[in-house]
Amino acid sequence: MFLYAPIVVLIVFSFNQSKSRSVWKGFSLRWYENLFRDHNILEALWTSIEVAVIAAIVSTVIGTAAAVGLKKMNKGLRSVMLTLNNIPMVNPDIVTGISMMLLFVAVFGATGLFRPGFGTLVAAHITFCIPYVILSVMPKLNQMNPSIYEAAQDLGCPPLKAFFKVVIPEIMPGIITGMMMAFTLSLDDFVISYFTSGSTAQTLPMVIYSMTKRRISPKINALSALMFVIVLTLLVVINIRQIREATRKRNEKFSG
Amino acid sequence: MKKDSWVASPFMLWVVLFTVVPLAMVCWYAFTDSTGAFTLANIETIGTYWGYLKDSLIMGAVATVLCLLLGYPVAYVMSRASWGTQQTLMMLLMLPQWMNFLLRTYAWMTILENNGLINTLLGKIGIGPFHMINTKGAIVLGMVYNFLPYMILPIYSVMEKIHKSLFEAANDLGANRVQTFRRVVLPLSLPGVITGITMVFVPSVSTFVISQMLGGGRNPLIGDVIERLFVGAAPNYNVGAALSLVLMVLILISMAVMKKFDDGEETGGLMM
Repeated sequence: MFLYAPIVVLIVFSFNQSKSRSVWKGFSLRWYENLFRDHNILEALWTSIEVAVIAAIVSTVIGTAAAVGLKKMNKGLRSVMLTLNNIPMVNPDIVTGISMMLLFVAVFGATGLFRPGFGTLVAAHITFCIPYVILSVMPKLNQMNPSIYEAAQDLGCPPLKAFFKVVIPEIMPGIITGMMMAFTLSLDDFVISYFTSGSTAQTLPMVIYSMTKRRISPKINALSALMFVIVLTLLVVINIRQIREATRKRNEKFSG
Repeated sequence: MKKDSWVASPFMLWVVLFTVVPLAMVCWYAFTDSTGAFTLANIETIGTYWGYLKDSLIMGAVATVLCLLLGYPVAYVMSRASWGTQQTLMMLLMLPQWMNFLLRTYAWMTILENNGLINTLLGKIGIGPFHMINTKGAIVLGMVYNFLPYMILPIYSVMEKIHKSLFEAANDLGANRVQTFRRVVLPLSLPGVITGITMVFVPSVSTFVISQMLGGGRNPLIGDVIERLFVGAAPNYNVGAALSLVLMVLILISMAVMKKFDDGEETGGLMM
């Protein structure tokens, strides 16, 4: 109830005829029309998606390789790296954001290269996504039976091929979870983007933030309603599949 | 096998470039002035910001306690429900999280406003209007609303792993429900509580979005101050970096204290 009331209010008033956010003046779709005519919003949505796709792919590749490498590393170095890996997750977003902003501003000031914008935004997103990828791939690697990789090699499979044919499929669920987490975290992030994007790139949450500061348009309501419905549909589909799968596994476990 | 660890090198390079170097720069800025000379002046000016820092810590703590009081029972009920119900409740809990938190906070803005939904409805039955937006209460509400699931989830996931046989054993040994809860569930759920507390406290203390949207800039928190110092009209990276450093250290200290408290409780439990 507490969790849903604000969202319901938001959605209901997205269909309001008037600009008021408290008085109902009749049904209308005008805010949705306005929304789709707003180039600022559409462009920001596109930027958000681009950043999220690039960040998800790059952080998944780096993170998965890191998880594999970390497992083979000597203990001392590994624990140092894992501690460093935790930093972006433990630190408040604002500190992560301003620390990278300092770097980007300094590099640009000193060299004139890498003007803060889309590029720095993507770099920042990759940075805060990598830890989550590593943390979802590591457990899968630890669960994996190492002898199957050795068996593949004993049977004459070259190491690289054995890695892609044997190890990758084994840890695939972890990789996919990590990638999905990276994608959604990136799409959802506001604070870190706010500090690292310079003035040239704007993601959707940044546009929402500047809209709420001017607090005028019910376009935001329309936007939230749309996003909520899209996410809802996606989640219901994914969840129903997962619950079915999990329930089946549970039943098998208990009956077998 | 050791030679394969080279595949982690892009990661190591990345961490050094984008985590270690930026943090080193925060320290460097905190201890230098605008010409780059060493100074302690930035750290000394923190005294003038003590009020904001204190407000942030108090409001963050209040929000965390409220989340714990609300979230713990929910987590307990969830963990004792049937498998299907657990899954459904979990989904209901996570669903709002998928809406951007700016939008969720914005929703509260429209509800709490002076001519917002609550006051309009109350006005119809002749009460009010009450002043709710731009108060500290509104900010705490925003924190609780946004971060409550971060409290429930870790507690739930720890409780859910408590084996059924422990309840049966406690029951067999003559413990009633209250005793079972106090002697079995509570100690075993503490690690989840600790995680939950950090997951709520850290974003609450450092927020600037919630305080700006629901506090109207009238109750600035330390996050607002830092944000202004970096992107405001009169930026001062040095003081901003010093404040961030202090915030980081305070959070690290509170986490270390929590962790110590956790360990202490565990050994205490064993001794009983």
